[in-house]
Amino acid sequence: MTITVRFFASLSEQLGMKEITVETDSIQTLSDVWARVTDQTPPDSLLCARNHAYVTFDTAVQDGDEVAFFPPVNGG
Amino acid sequence: MVVKMVIEVRSQPFDPWVELARFQAGSHLVPGSYGACATFVGTMRDFNQGEQVETLFLEHYSGMTEKLLEQQAEKIKSEKKLLDFLVIHRVGQIHPNDPIVLVAAWSAHRAAAFDGCRELMEYLKSQATFWKKETLDTEHEKEHRWVDNIT
Repeated sequence: MTITVRFFASLSEQLGMKEITVETDSIQTLSDVWARVTDQTPPDSLLCARNHAYVTFDTAVQDGDEVAFFPPVNGG
Repeated sequence: MVVKMVIEVRSQPFDPWVELARFQAGSHLVPGSYGACATFVGTMRDFNQGEQVETLFLEHYSGMTEKLLEQQAEKIKSEKKLLDFLVIHRVGQIHPNDPIVLVAAWSAHRAAAFDGCRELMEYLKSQATFWKKETLDTEHEKEHRWVDNIT
């Protein structure tokens, strides 16, 4: 299974990465993806997306997914 | 006639009033079909949370931002029977007085236009994947901070 993982804004700076590809068959949810790419505790305010749609941390992932983690948004 | 809304994220400066006039005069809207256009233009302030702000960097999640705004605009348009939406949002380096966002809604009557414009703008502020990083104008050195509150 190949998952593209993206990070934005302050979270991207804190983790020191914008995008990373994870290749493994031992991942089932976004929570597993997070644990695979960092040993940091996820912030309480963390938001996540799967294939450009908001999802929760326990959402399942599939091969080829693009997953994103980011802080609260602030446009306009 | 199928009307296509315009939802755009731009890295270059834009003049909302020129865009508005161009859009309304273009082929999107049938002359005589609309009786109301409500607009919101958001502009960069030079102050925030008690500090002088020199510049603002706007980041977005390309693809997701546009998709969210298109889905929400389509939903509001259908619910309120709006005729059209025009949304333009800046990203990149922005200076005080630069326009950040334009939301315009057209409808037959004023209530739907006012409500639709406000509803989409509130959604944009709270859900669309944009983030702001300010450069503060302090006495000693340039200070950078991510904006973590919605005003």
